[in-house]
Amino acid sequence: MNSAWFTVLKRDLLLAFRRRSDIATTLFFFVIVSSLFPLGIGSDSAILSTIAPGVLWVAALLAGMISLARMFAADYADGSLEQMLLSPQPLSLLVSAKILAHWLVCGLPVVLLAPLIGLQYALPNEAIGILVVSLLIGTPALSLIGAIGAALTLGVRGSGLLVALLVLPLYIPVLIFGALAVSASQHGMTPQAHLSLLGAISLLALVLAPLATAAALRISVE
Amino acid sequence: MLAARDLACLRGDRLLFKNVGFELSAGGLLYVLGENGSGKSSLLRMLCGFGMPEVGEVLWQGASIKKNVEAYLSELTYLGHLNGLKDDLTALENLQISARMVGNDVTEAQALSALTAVGIARCANLPARVLSQGQKRRVALAGLWVAKTKLWILDEPFAALDVASITVLAEHLNAHLASGGMAILTTHQEVAVNAQSTQTLRLSK
Repeated sequence: MNSAWFTVLKRDLLLAFRRRSDIATTLFFFVIVSSLFPLGIGSDSAILSTIAPGVLWVAALLAGMISLARMFAADYADGSLEQMLLSPQPLSLLVSAKILAHWLVCGLPVVLLAPLIGLQYALPNEAIGILVVSLLIGTPALSLIGAIGAALTLGVRGSGLLVALLVLPLYIPVLIFGALAVSASQHGMTPQAHLSLLGAISLLALVLAPLATAAALRISVE
Repeated sequence: MLAARDLACLRGDRLLFKNVGFELSAGGLLYVLGENGSGKSSLLRMLCGFGMPEVGEVLWQGASIKKNVEAYLSELTYLGHLNGLKDDLTALENLQISARMVGNDVTEAQALSALTAVGIARCANLPARVLSQGQKRRVALAGLWVAKTKLWILDEPFAALDVASITVLAEHLNAHLASGGMAILTTHQEVAVNAQSTQTLRLSK
C-alpha cells in the first residue's frame, strides 16, 4: 500500500525535476509579483511593512494557483490518470501523494524564498519568522484545496481561468489568517490564534481534500 | 468469473447499446466487435468500472464490481486507447512506475526482459517522447509481460503494431489464456488467438 504511494510521489517529483522550467515559472512569478509592489509604491518602509503580509500572501497564493491546472491535466491527457484509477489502492491515498508532490515543488520553494522577499519590505526579523511559519502551515492547504478545483475542471475548455474562479474564494480564509498572523506580530501581539486557525484549516483540508479530489477525478474520467 | 448482465450505455440522449450480457470463465476470450462508434470502448470502460452503467451490472466472482472494488482491480489490467506513458520518463521507468502504481513491484531486470519480449530493449533508456507511435504502444503492452493479473481488458491492442509484434502479442495472449487467464479485446484485425473458449460479442446499433 505504501509502496504505491511512494511510487506516485517519486514519479511526480522526478517529472517535476525533468521539467524544471515549470517550477522556475512558479518561483519567478512569486518573486516578480512581490517585487513589483516596492517598485510601484516607493521606498517608504512604513507603508511597505504595513502591506507586506497581505501582498506576500496574495503573491504566494497566486503562484501556487498558476501551477494548479497542471496538477492532473498531463496525467489525464496521456492516460496515466486512468491507470491510477485502476490501482487497487484507494485513489484518495494516491491523490494525497500527488498533492504532496505539488506542495514540495510549488509550495515549499515559496516558503523558503519568502524571507528574502520579506527583506525588500523592511519587515522586522520577528515578522519574517512568523511569515515563514504561517506560509509553512498555510500553503499545504492551498495545494489541498486547489487539487479539488484542478480535478473538477479536468478536460474542460479554459480550465485555467475556471480553476481560479473556483478556488480563489476558498483560499480567502487561508489568506486572512495567514496575513493576520504576520501583522499581529508586527504590532507586538501574539500570532498564535491565527496560526492555530491556519493549522486547523490545513488539517481539515488534509482530511477532506483527497477524498473530494478522488471523487472529482472519477467523475472527470468517466 | 466475470459476468455482465443487461448492460446498456447512454451517451447524451443516444443509446449506444442495450441488453449486453456475457459470462467469461477462466481461460476464456471475448472478442467485442462492432463498427466505429458502436460503443466498444464504452463497454470496455464500463467493465473497468469507469462510470456506472445506465442499467445492468458487472459481476466479478459473483459480486458486483462496485462493491468489491479492491479485489476486482487487483485482478484487472486495462489498456485503452491512451498508452499512459509519461513523455519525460524513459521506457524502462514508465514500465516500472506504472506497474508499481498498481502495487506490482517490478524489478529493473523484470522490466527489461518485458521490453526485450516486445522487441524494444534498445529503446529502454530513451524518453518516451522520442519513441514512435508503435514503439510507445509496445512499451504500454510490455506491461502485460509484467502483469500478474487474471483479467486483461484490451482496447485495440493490435493497432499501430507491426506484423512481428502482433504475432508476439498473440502468442503472449495464448500463454495467458492457457494459464487460466481471461481476456476481453476489441480488434478490427484477424488475429489467431487460441483459447479454451472464444466468444464473440457484436455490438450493433
